[in-house]
Amino acid sequence: MATYSLNINNEQHTFEASEGTSLLWILREHLGLTGTKYGCGIAQCGACTIHVDGTPVKACMLQVQNFGNGQKITTIEGLSENADHPVQKAWIEVQAPQCGYCQSGQIMQAAALLKEDSQPSREKIKSYMNGVLCRCGTYLRIIDAIELASSKKPLT
Amino acid sequence: MPKTAKVVNRREFLKSSSGVALFIGVSGILPQLISCKDVKAMRNQLKQHQLTAWVHLNEDGEITIYNPAAEMGQGSMTSLPLLFAEEMDADWSKVKVEFSPQVAEIYGGKGWAPDSKLMFTVGSRTTNSYYHTMRKAGAQARYVMLNSAAKHWGVPISELTTTASTVFHKKTKKEIRYGALVPFLVLTEELPDFTFEQLKHPKDFRLVGTDIPRTEIPSKVNGKAQFAIDIRLPDMVYGVLERGKRHGARPTLLNEAEILAQDGVLKTIPYAYAIGIVANTLEQALAAKRLLKIDWSASDASGFNSQEVYEAYDKIAAQQETGKVVVEKGDIGNAMRKASKTFTSDFKNDYIYHAQLEPLNAVIQVAEDLESAAVWVGSQQGFDTKLGVPDILGISPEKVTVHLHYLGGGFGRRSMNDFVEECAVLAKEMAPRPVKLIWTREDDVTHGAFRPISLQRLNVYLDAKGQLDGFSHMVVGDGGNLVASGVHNDYYAIPNQFAEWREISHGVRLKHWRSVGHGPNKFAIECMLDEVAMDQGMDPVALRRTLMANSPRALATLEKVVELSDWNGSIAQDRAKGMAFVEHGSLGTGVCEISVDTATGKIKVHHFWIALDAGVIVQPDNVKAQMEGGIIMGMSSVLNERITIKNGEVQQSNFHNYPLLRMEDVPDSIETALITSSEIPEGVGETATPMVAGAIANAFLKLTGKKLRHLPFTPERVLEVLNG
Ligand code: FES
Ligand code: FES
Repeated sequence: MATYSLNINNEQHTFEASEGTSLLWILREHLGLTGTKYGCGIAQCGACTIHVDGTPVKACMLQVQNFGNGQKITTIEGLSENADHPVQKAWIEVQAPQCGYCQSGQIMQAAALLKEDSQPSREKIKSYMNGVLCRCGTYLRIIDAIELASSKKPLT
Repeated sequence: MPKTAKVVNRREFLKSSSGVALFIGVSGILPQLISCKDVKAMRNQLKQHQLTAWVHLNEDGEITIYNPAAEMGQGSMTSLPLLFAEEMDADWSKVKVEFSPQVAEIYGGKGWAPDSKLMFTVGSRTTNSYYHTMRKAGAQARYVMLNSAAKHWGVPISELTTTASTVFHKKTKKEIRYGALVPFLVLTEELPDFTFEQLKHPKDFRLVGTDIPRTEIPSKVNGKAQFAIDIRLPDMVYGVLERGKRHGARPTLLNEAEILAQDGVLKTIPYAYAIGIVANTLEQALAAKRLLKIDWSASDASGFNSQEVYEAYDKIAAQQETGKVVVEKGDIGNAMRKASKTFTSDFKNDYIYHAQLEPLNAVIQVAEDLESAAVWVGSQQGFDTKLGVPDILGISPEKVTVHLHYLGGGFGRRSMNDFVEECAVLAKEMAPRPVKLIWTREDDVTHGAFRPISLQRLNVYLDAKGQLDGFSHMVVGDGGNLVASGVHNDYYAIPNQFAEWREISHGVRLKHWRSVGHGPNKFAIECMLDEVAMDQGMDPVALRRTLMANSPRALATLEKVVELSDWNGSIAQDRAKGMAFVEHGSLGTGVCEISVDTATGKIKVHHFWIALDAGVIVQPDNVKAQMEGGIIMGMSSVLNERITIKNGEVQQSNFHNYPLLRMEDVPDSIETALITSSEIPEGVGETATPMVAGAIANAFLKLTGKKLRHLPFTPERVLEVLNG
């Protein structure tokens, strides 16, 4: 066991854990940030997508000891103050979620996409979002939501 | 996040209600209005029925409606309360929704047996089975409002009207909000037992049929929606199981001492088919699981190779003796004997897996004296009372409280209680510490309960005039209704019909998978029709039009989708359209447009169109979402998915070798036209999925002249067919 201190959603979290523990279990089970989901544990489903310094990454592939050097970790809980990120608003507007389990990952990936490219083409959306699975089949609504969020106002 | 309404705790209930709440019970069970002002009456009532009922109204006009069904993305958290609110004439903006307690005698819907009640979210029955119940209870709630206002104003109840949580008396121009009526609520001995005819006519619906945003969606975009896997309790420990790849194999643990010596490991627990480990943290439990050395016994599945077994199916199909007869209409033997032409085709399908995105899990806390337990779970609520937990613990069902959470996908997998029972075993061992049991994705795949493989042998007989006179459908496979559902052709006017099921078993775990046998069977039926149409030089639409002559509702979906998809319009040379009709409660005809990469064998679906008759549509946009999801899941299963078994062992383990459809492969559009109707709502969750295989194969037939007859249509299989 060692002590780690991570910057998550602009808050410093200090806790004990064993080296090698996946960031996903740290977020979910140690810190209670359960919006980030477990779906596969092998970088195949994207349900665990978070941002590290603004880049979308899969938390299940990361280990706790590599993230105590001031990196800024953002989870779905920290994406916006009142769930008012344009992507979240667009998601509600098109009623994208079904079971909802994949949606945190979808939203985090989409938010990163729009930050990188405020007016992505449909093809770009598909390739950028391709790593996030949705078993309920909400893909077409997700595309609609991203297009809606991108046309409403470009993100800064 | 919606709370589960509190069960039993009367003191807390009285305190929180502080004399202003109103409780209305479902008729026949709690046929009284209980005002909290009359604490004594309420106490008496609660002694008999320690439960809240359908609705709770406070002086601010806030209305809480309890949803009795599981929410797995199908929208029950909105659709059922909406039916109640419609009849109550409630102001929807003042409505809150909570899960009802898990007590079937009060909150159950129509069970399978007559007069039985079940809390059971399966078979796309949610809206259908609660349609009358929710509306009647809502009408009773409205009656209470009307009756109270009538007494308060001293006017006849017949002169009152309501809209949006307000009672009006036209003559005196009086009006009062439901919330403001709370102090004047009048107790009646009994509530009227509204018949179906006394409820609103669908054309008068104000809420039902409009696009009301789903109540639980905001919590699904900010990470707050609580799935059972998200539950954390003080002092909680973590459980995992190693179950082995061969279903039914018994384990012998070879290194127990080593496992128990691992960091944080608290216990190992043997099951008949698994070894369980409990540890302080999830990572410790998983690390210990990886170290397990287990010797697995043989099982019924030993020696079974799923890809080589179809020969055995052929043999069974060739036997003279018929199996269990499922459909018998007219005289199929006669149709066969006098046939001017006979068509015979075989259809096959491999195993598939649910792949609900939230792996199975549960949290259970057993009391120190082992006499009671609490369960946090995402469940479709199976047949067993309280999910089988009382039996495991040897206690009565009342001693088990179930907190129902959102389901990260159900698709039939979560109406089986295996994961809940496993957790109960661990929690009993660890009492009073709560245990969270998590299945890894690998566990979820390898110890899945699959849609069975099957063989469909269809024979179609034309009479002397070339009319479709006989239709015979044989299913060979494991699991009875799991393979035999969907063989009925009630909407096709075929005079002689016969369907039978012949059994074979492989010791592999099986389960309902979204739309069950309808997937393989509708595939077979719809392909067979196009085969006949092609041979007879008929358009597939023309053939179905004739067959649907006596089924106006089915026919309307056909005509509508022909229009929607521009069936007769021009189309790029390298593309073709195909269609399939499905009945699964609701009726739908689907059309897809595909192309095929002849170099790789990859099928691309460009568009999907559906026309659906589902009776009264409670939430149109949500029904469309179900169609979209059903088509995507259907495409995924039809184009990509298969579980294979070698020497009894499941060969797949995670999404790298069990690939689901990804965004790059979605069609450009999925369009749904909903047919207007005032008939009772029918399920919509499983009507789209079984359209996909038939529609794609029929488009493929038109495009290439070749027949796809074995699911899934992987690129290799498509190439084989193209080159064959
Ligand atoms: S859980 Fe990390 S990608 Fe699936
Ligand atoms: S909404 Fe259920 S997995 Fe995406």
